[in-house]
Amino acid sequence: MRFLDALLGRTKPKQPKLDALFGVTAAAITLEVSAGLKPTGQAAVCFKPASGEGFAVASEELRGLLELAVKEAGSTLRVEDDRYGYRWVVLGDPDPEDLVTAVHLVNSTLEQHGFGPQLLCSVFGFADASGGRRCHLVYLYKRGTFYPFAPREGERRDNELELQVRGALGSDLPIEPELARWFALWGIPL
Amino acid sequence: MARTRFPADFGLSSRMLLTMFLLGLLYVVFVAVLVAVLGGQWLWLILLIAGGFLFFQYFFSDRIALYAMRGREVSPRQAPELHQMIDRLCALADMPKPKVAIADSDVPNAFATGRDQKHAVVCVTTGILRRLSEPELEAVLSHELSHVAHRDVAVMTLASFLGILAGFVVRAAIYGGAYGGFGRSNDNRDNTGFVILLVVLASAVVYALSFLLTRALSRYRELSADRAGAILIGRPSTLASALVKVSGEMARIPTRDLRAAEPLNAFFFAPALAPGFSLSSLFATHPPLQRRLDQLARLEAQLGRQA
Repeated sequence: MRFLDALLGRTKPKQPKLDALFGVTAAAITLEVSAGLKPTGQAAVCFKPASGEGFAVASEELRGLLELAVKEAGSTLRVEDDRYGYRWVVLGDPDPEDLVTAVHLVNSTLEQHGFGPQLLCSVFGFADASGGRRCHLVYLYKRGTFYPFAPREGERRDNELELQVRGALGSDLPIEPELARWFALWGIPL
Repeated sequence: MARTRFPADFGLSSRMLLTMFLLGLLYVVFVAVLVAVLGGQWLWLILLIAGGFLFFQYFFSDRIALYAMRGREVSPRQAPELHQMIDRLCALADMPKPKVAIADSDVPNAFATGRDQKHAVVCVTTGILRRLSEPELEAVLSHELSHVAHRDVAVMTLASFLGILAGFVVRAAIYGGAYGGFGRSNDNRDNTGFVILLVVLASAVVYALSFLLTRALSRYRELSADRAGAILIGRPSTLASALVKVSGEMARIPTRDLRAAEPLNAFFFAPALAPGFSLSSLFATHPPLQRRLDQLARLEAQLGRQA
């Protein structure tokens, strides 16, 4: 009833879709073969911190859970706030499969506490062998789609590489069809 | 598992539905009266003219509003931070990105216009950019994006159609009367005069009622946008502080031209009918600040509750 919701001014917060995340493991192999891009072993979850005690409790619990999981799997973890008021949980693990699992853990913990609507995106880092050409794979929770984001110096994007990645991944992952929604993420801590 | 921390506000939805129902009822009754008194052909002409205006307003709302506020569209290069904020809010809310515009005005204000999400424009003034902190600006933007998501321009244009129609009938009836009546029937002059008087009276009543109802609807939609905006960023108090800042500044700076006096206000001598009920609150397009702050405080309390 989207029409009725709009008419009554009560649009509901959109819940995230998490399942497509596990497709990243297969996509990493495809990217390496067809575009020469390797996983950097880093990924991040970005969300908008809410105010209030409820969120503080969820935050604490998340931190505890993560540190436990990270210790077990031997990966790294740090938390950063960016200038737009979003929080980034940056995870590091050389094994892509463990990385995806860790990302999923962060997401599902936030969702279980009712903060699913606060999730903005997940980002997986990719780069070529020399490390000069970077291309992030961004997952939009609310759409359930991925898009490539290749930042260059001076807040420019390497559109050619992005489109090349789109072509390579078309069959592995749901790629965001509307180019207008491939929004830029400048200055991300990855 | 998937859930939100905010329960739905059924009171607000049902009050809004009631207002819309009354507007619709008024509409039907008005048209029925016109058909009964005037007969078909005049009604069609009036509907056509009023419909033309409605159509124009509906399809050009974005350009009209931007032109009136002297807003100019800005590219991501010209206003990178504003664009980044809106980008992210749109991704959070899962809606297409609207056009972004800035108006050179020191009055702190922001508005959203456009008939649907594809033609939407969000415009902020340089005054609001200067006065609000980044989180506050983001809260204001998320309020405006909620207006876009709720399709408020379409809803309010349709709702005010009745008022436009009634206004036309009054004018048409007066001019028609001056040129000798609607039917130019020579058999009964007195009767024609009576009919015109009746139509003018009915239209005036309809105009007044629809005016009050559309204003009420507008206030409810502001409250809805506050609510949805606060929920989107998860920080009701940030929106509240932006509201306090903007309205504090707004109160000091007069926005209305001195010469443009409200025509209807002239009919009322006393500003208040009874303690605690002021007439100005019936005519306002926005709910009183205190009411908006109360709603945001309630949301903040809901957010504070532990899972």
